[in-house]
Parts: sequence; structure tokens; C-alpha cells
Amino acid sequence: MKKIVIFLISSFLIMFSSVKADTIKLGILEDETGNFAIAVVPKIHAYELAVKEINAAGGVLGKKLEIVRYDTQSDNRRFQEFARRLIKKDKVDVVFGAFSSASRESIRGIMEKGKMLYFYNNQYEGGVCSKTTFVTGAVPEQQFSTLVPWMMDKYGKNVYTIAADYNFGQISAEWVRQIVKENGGTMVGEEFIPLDVSQFSQTIQKIQKAKPDVLMTLLVGAKQASFYEQQASAGLGIPMGTSVNVGQAYEHRRFAPPALENMYVTVNYIEEVHDVIKSGEFHDKSKDFVKRFKALYPNEPYINMESANAYNAINLYVNAVKKAGTTETMKVVEALESGISFDGPSGVVTIDPKSHHGSHTIFLVEVGKGHKVSIPKVWKDIQPYWLGQSGCNLAQKADYSQYTPSNPPSN
Amino acid sequence: MVFLFNIFYQFGDSLAFLLLAAIGLAVIFGMMKIINLAHGEFITVGAYGTVVSGKVFNLPLPIAMAFGVVITIIFGLILEKLIIRYLYGRPLDSVVATWGISLIVSQSFLVIFGPSYEGLQTPMGNFQLGEFSYSEYRIFLIFIALIILFLLYYLFMKTSFGTLARATIENPSISSSMGVDVKNVYTITFAIGAGLAGVTGALYAPTMTIVPSIGQAFIVSAFITVVTAGASPFVGLVPAAAFLGTVQTSVTFFYKSTIGLIAILCAVILIIRYLPKGFSGLILKTRSK
Repeated sequence: MKKIVIFLISSFLIMFSSVKADTIKLGILEDETGNFAIAVVPKIHAYELAVKEINAAGGVLGKKLEIVRYDTQSDNRRFQEFARRLIKKDKVDVVFGAFSSASRESIRGIMEKGKMLYFYNNQYEGGVCSKTTFVTGAVPEQQFSTLVPWMMDKYGKNVYTIAADYNFGQISAEWVRQIVKENGGTMVGEEFIPLDVSQFSQTIQKIQKAKPDVLMTLLVGAKQASFYEQQASAGLGIPMGTSVNVGQAYEHRRFAPPALENMYVTVNYIEEVHDVIKSGEFHDKSKDFVKRFKALYPNEPYINMESANAYNAINLYVNAVKKAGTTETMKVVEALESGISFDGPSGVVTIDPKSHHGSHTIFLVEVGKGHKVSIPKVWKDIQPYWLGQSGCNLAQKADYSQYTPSNPPSN
Repeated sequence: MVFLFNIFYQFGDSLAFLLLAAIGLAVIFGMMKIINLAHGEFITVGAYGTVVSGKVFNLPLPIAMAFGVVITIIFGLILEKLIIRYLYGRPLDSVVATWGISLIVSQSFLVIFGPSYEGLQTPMGNFQLGEFSYSEYRIFLIFIALIILFLLYYLFMKTSFGTLARATIENPSISSSMGVDVKNVYTITFAIGAGLAGVTGALYAPTMTIVPSIGQAFIVSAFITVVTAGASPFVGLVPAAAFLGTVQTSVTFFYKSTIGLIAILCAVILIIRYLPKGFSGLILKTRSK
């Protein structure tokens, strides 16, 4: 009897220790429910697709990948709670996640303190220069330095910005201001709008009074999204540019036309890429990605750019682990800083060693009559140059800050 | 001329929003002293009733809107029969109960219809005046808000149902002994309040993003307008909405939306401090002198 008990206990111990050694644990914190769920659910599915494919191909370093996932409910307190749990209790090897900039900033400090490798896979206002953080989403120098000059060339040099009144909107608007100035344009107006505002008659009239050629709409959330319907019904008729709509929460599919007509967005991926671009590299890669995605999730309403970023993030991590030969955080960081790249749904993404951000193919998406999507321009291999140029060099010098154009690292 | 019309348009737009946001809440609070925290969800029901019936049955917009209102009235009646009727005369308990209802309803919408639903297009067109263009539907909303308020005033002040309702609210036991069916009056009044919230949801549905939290966009405006209006909704609502609308429009016009939002809340604080009974208290006091 005693022998049997000892045998059972020891075999359990062996089982558990072997389970632990056999998997690489990926912590995922994403908003499956709440405000941001529309844009985030496809992203969660993209993580799962990537993990499934890698495991089917035999895993990494002889180990399988295992996802430990919590629903952060679009609530920053949940983010902090689950971030601590992933680090202390689940002892994951890496964390992927966060949608809003506010939620990223709420957990970045916890990640840095816990020496946890962290991937933020979302377009955002840019400027995060952190030794243990990597960003696979697009940043303003990729989305705005392409979009704003193109629109100014086409429509004129007078630009008006309306932006959500929190860190994302404020910093993005600062970027627009700077790029407009660099290209010889004029800011004819700027308004920051609280996230609670849902009625825009006055804002629309202020815009009409300023007579801009281009309107940058950096609005966030369901309440502010009412702007598009209201500007269309008031007949505003000014070309709109943005970095947030279409590519995340597919407003062009969800809203009745003509709310988003005449809108231009720069994205690093959307599922229409292969419908619009009829042949070549981007057509083939996007078509293949959508096919694999739909095989796993046939009812996915839309495969947005953040799902491509999430998919790329897992693959970049795996490539780095292969190169490092271990999952030990600083070794993987070192491998990621060696110029790791991955050929993803919209072409090659390479991690910039200085800033830890990824390079991107940028598609200029135009929403036309009846919300029909076209892509008038593609920029290949756009680098996240700003942080590196202004003094962030993580490969040489550790840092844990977020910078803005008015507060660059060199100061 | 354009300048004057602009003032009318912006002020009217703000006034219409405040009036329509508050009107259902004002009836339920003013007449029955139920603090209805589920007011936003009544608006949500009206909006979803309109949009979903419009999409699914392909109804023309006015019929879809009527459908949305009817659904909200039925929803209000069911709630009154199941829960609210036990809470008359218990304002604090009504807060907790209606808050619970609000959570259940908004989460149910999320589960049933998902995080967002494809919206309808705003009806009517737009017209140009000088350098500005205006949505005709928004101007229609201004008039509709005033007409609804007038009809409501007529119903409660000039019809026999109105007399019975006011008598019941004034003193239920005497009314009851005089042969008034008190329960029935409460039920109908609550249904009218719910129906008005449904009207708000139906009217604003084509202009907004259809999400389960759509009603939340109205709730702050609704409560501050009702608080500023004071105890008697028919007397206080228009001056309250006019006052708050003026504060918001003028401050937003000269400064920014953020300051406009701050100004309106500061104005409410001042009103509560110096006119604790709101505009209706002030008007009734001067009238009785």
C-alpha cells in the first residue's frame, strides 16, 4: 500500500514537472468583452491560429506552446489584476495583449517590474521605448507620415483635427500637427472631445467655419463614432483621414453608407487587401491568411489589422526563441534585437533593434461610394524611425519610458 | 441672418437633446417619485426596437420608430407589473432595483445583439446656408421635442386622465376612496414615461452608433435636466433645458467641448445650491406670491 502511494505521488510529480518543461506558456490579456470587444475578438482568434499552426509544425525547441488567457473586459483594473496573476501565479514566459493605450500603460509598469517580456500588438500613438516591451502594431510615423502628406497633396494644405481627449488622441494630434507643419501646411483648427460626447452639431459647425481641406478624425469609442453619421447627414463633405477606423472595428461594414464615405485610413492590413489588389505578393499572402483564418473561425465577421499584428507577434516571438535557444527573457530580448523578422499576412515585418517596433507595409485605404473599399497607394517597408532617430537605442541602453514629439528622448 | 440661424440651430439642437433625454425620466420621477436608473435602457430598447425592426422587416423609418416605441411601452408595462409597482413610495429602494434592471437589460442586449448593430441612415437631407450646411432631421427634432412636450402638458393638465393622475400623485388614499383606480393610474403613467424614453431612443437611433450602451449617452443629460427642472416636470423642464442648453452652447461655441461639459455640470451645482427645488420650485414660488 505504502509503495503504491509513493509510486502515485512520484509519478504525479514527474508528470507535473514534465508538463511544465514541455510547454512554453504565452500569457494573453485581451478585451474579449466590453467597449473594445468588436476590434479585439479577431485578434484573440489570430493568436490562437498562430499557436495552433506552430504546434502543428512541432512547436519550438521541442516544446509546445500553451495559451493562458484572461478576459480583461476593457477594464484597466482587470488588466493589472490579471497581469500580476500571469507573472506570479501562472509564471508565463511572455505576455501578449492590450488594446487601448490606457490599458497598455496600466500594465507596462507591472511587466517591467516583473522582468516579463511583453508584446503590444496594436496601432497606437507611438513613443514607447522600453527594454522588455515590443510593439508589432503601426505607429504615427508609419500611419501619419504617409497619410497626411498624401491627403494634403490631393486636397489642400489646410488641416483640422478632432481627437479623443486622452493620451491616444492628444499624442496622435501632436503628430498630425508636426507632419502638417513639416509639409508646409496650416492647422486651421483642433478640438479635443471627451469620450462621453455623442452629439456633434457644434463641432460640425466649427469645422465648416474653419473651411479645412482635410479633416483628421482621431475619434475613439462607440459614442464618438456617432460623429460619422452626423457629419454625413449634415452634408459636411470634407475628406477625412484617420488611423483608427476601418482597420480596427470595421466601421465601413457596420455603419450604413454614406457615414464613412470619403474617408482615408492607413493600415498595415485589412482582409480586403486581396480583393482590391488583384495579384502579386500582397494578394497571395492575404488570401492565404484569410483562408487559414476562416478554416479555424468560419464565422469571423472581419479580420482586422490588429489580428495580423497579433499573428505576427507570436511568430516573431517564436523566431526569437528559436534563435536564442531558450525562453529566458533577456536572451529572447537579445535575439529580438538582432533584427528578427517574419513574413506575415502583409509581407515582412522586421523588429527595429533600437526602438523594439516593427516595420510595416502600409496600405492607403479609401472608403468610397456605398462604403466600397479601394487601395490607391501602398508603401512598402515603412520603418518605425522616429524613436531611433531621436535617441532611443534600447540595444545599447535600457530605458522604460514613453516619449512624444514635444518630449523626445534626447532631452 | 446666417449668424442668427446658427444660434437657433445650435441652441435648438442642444435643447432638443436635453428635453428628449429627460422627458421620460421626468414623468416617472416627477409623477411617481421613482428614481429610474434604468432610464437609459428604456432608450436603448426604443433604439434597438426601431433599428432591428427596420432592418429585419424592412419597414419604413416612421413605422419602425412606432414599433420601437410600442416595444418600449410593453417593456415598461411588464417591468411595472413585475417589479416597479412594489416600489412606489420607496425612492431609495427604487434606485437599487432599477439599477439592477439596467445592468440586466444592457448585458442582455450585448448577449443577444452583440457589441454593435448596423445602424440606419439619418432620414431627410441637408441644406446649405452661407458657408454652413445643416441636417434637416436635426431641425425636425427640435420641433418634435417641443410638440411632444406640449402634448404631454395637454394630457396631464387638460384631460380627465390628467386630473386623475395628478390627484393620485397628490394623495393616493383620498383618490382611491373617491373611486379612482390608483393602481391603474400608476401603471398607465409609468407606461407613458417608458414610452417617452422609447420615443427618444427611436428618434435618435438613426443618428447614432447602435451599441448596447447607447442609452448611457443620454443618462447624464437626463438626470441633470430633471434635477434642474425640480419636482414638477411640466413647469420646470423647458426652462431647465433652455438654461442648460444656453450654458452648453455658448461655452462650447467660445471654448471647447470639454469646457462646455464642465460648464454644464458647474451650472447644475450652482442651481442645486441656490435653487434646491429647481426651476419649477422657483416658478411656483413666484406664482403663489
